[in-house]
Amino acid sequence: MKDLSMHIMDIVQNSVRAKASNVELNIQLDSQWLEIKVVDDGTGMDADTLEKVTDPFYTSRTTRKVGLGIPLIKQNAELTNGEMILKSILGKGTTLIAKFGLKHWDRPPIGNLSSTVAMMMTGNDGVNLQFSLKRGADEFAISTNEVKEVMGDVDIRMPQVTSFLKEMIEENIKELNIEFD
Amino acid sequence: MSKVKSLADLRKMRDELQTKVSLREKSDNPEKLVQVKVSMATCGIASGAKEVMNHMIEEMDRQAIDAIVTQTGCMGFCHAEPTIEVTLPGNDPVVFGHVDNKKADEIIEKYVIRGELVDGIIPVNYETVKENKNE
Repeated sequence: MKDLSMHIMDIVQNSVRAKASNVELNIQLDSQWLEIKVVDDGTGMDADTLEKVTDPFYTSRTTRKVGLGIPLIKQNAELTNGEMILKSILGKGTTLIAKFGLKHWDRPPIGNLSSTVAMMMTGNDGVNLQFSLKRGADEFAISTNEVKEVMGDVDIRMPQVTSFLKEMIEENIKELNIEFD
Repeated sequence: MSKVKSLADLRKMRDELQTKVSLREKSDNPEKLVQVKVSMATCGIASGAKEVMNHMIEEMDRQAIDAIVTQTGCMGFCHAEPTIEVTLPGNDPVVFGHVDNKKADEIIEKYVIRGELVDGIIPVNYETVKENKNE
């Protein structure tokens, strides 16, 4: 994975596959750390599975025999002196926290966060993605449900909507004066 | 200083979109829209599916093509990622492999707009994919 946005897309996709209807994506920065937290209310995992998911040769898929998403984000977090924490309750949902050393040499760049968030909001049917970006008291938040409410009977999966959201998120991130890289 | 876009601006855009779409009476019939699904699992993302999806959204927005673009899981074609599935109204879905931005342009120009098939189609048995529901 070349950047953190790719990891984010990947981890959120895990939640979507776990039949989550609500997925929270929180990105929080302080002077030292960049923390990505994904909380979903999907199927969750039992303790046994939870232990196995960091093994690259474990996957719940039948289409292929490897599952690299979680091992890759864990490796990248640990390379920056950070860590990855995974909590899950079967039937309740899963929480993944990946902490990256903000100024560490080996931290992958953030990548195109605004387009990633916009595409995740409009590209996953039936999933309410609640995105928030925080640094100290500054915060920007947006959710799929808010967008759906505004759009009414207009399909939010239309490219025009995604393009708009992308610009909107980008401008709001700029407004917070957050420089990731 | 320019104003930052907000949900209120989105509402304005909705009204425009709604008039445009309802003129063509398509809003209630998503099956009449072109549907694009981008395979977005670890394999796809690592091969650039995110960039391709972004590019397709930009292009379809620019060319005002009535389409819906969504994500899907691994379809089992990890060797040919990024893969996209395009369903034209009234047609069976077609899966294209090794799609980069250039290929995406070709697919939009030839397949989506003119209905001509282009190289790079992965033959698929859709029944099996549906049965497994492995996304």
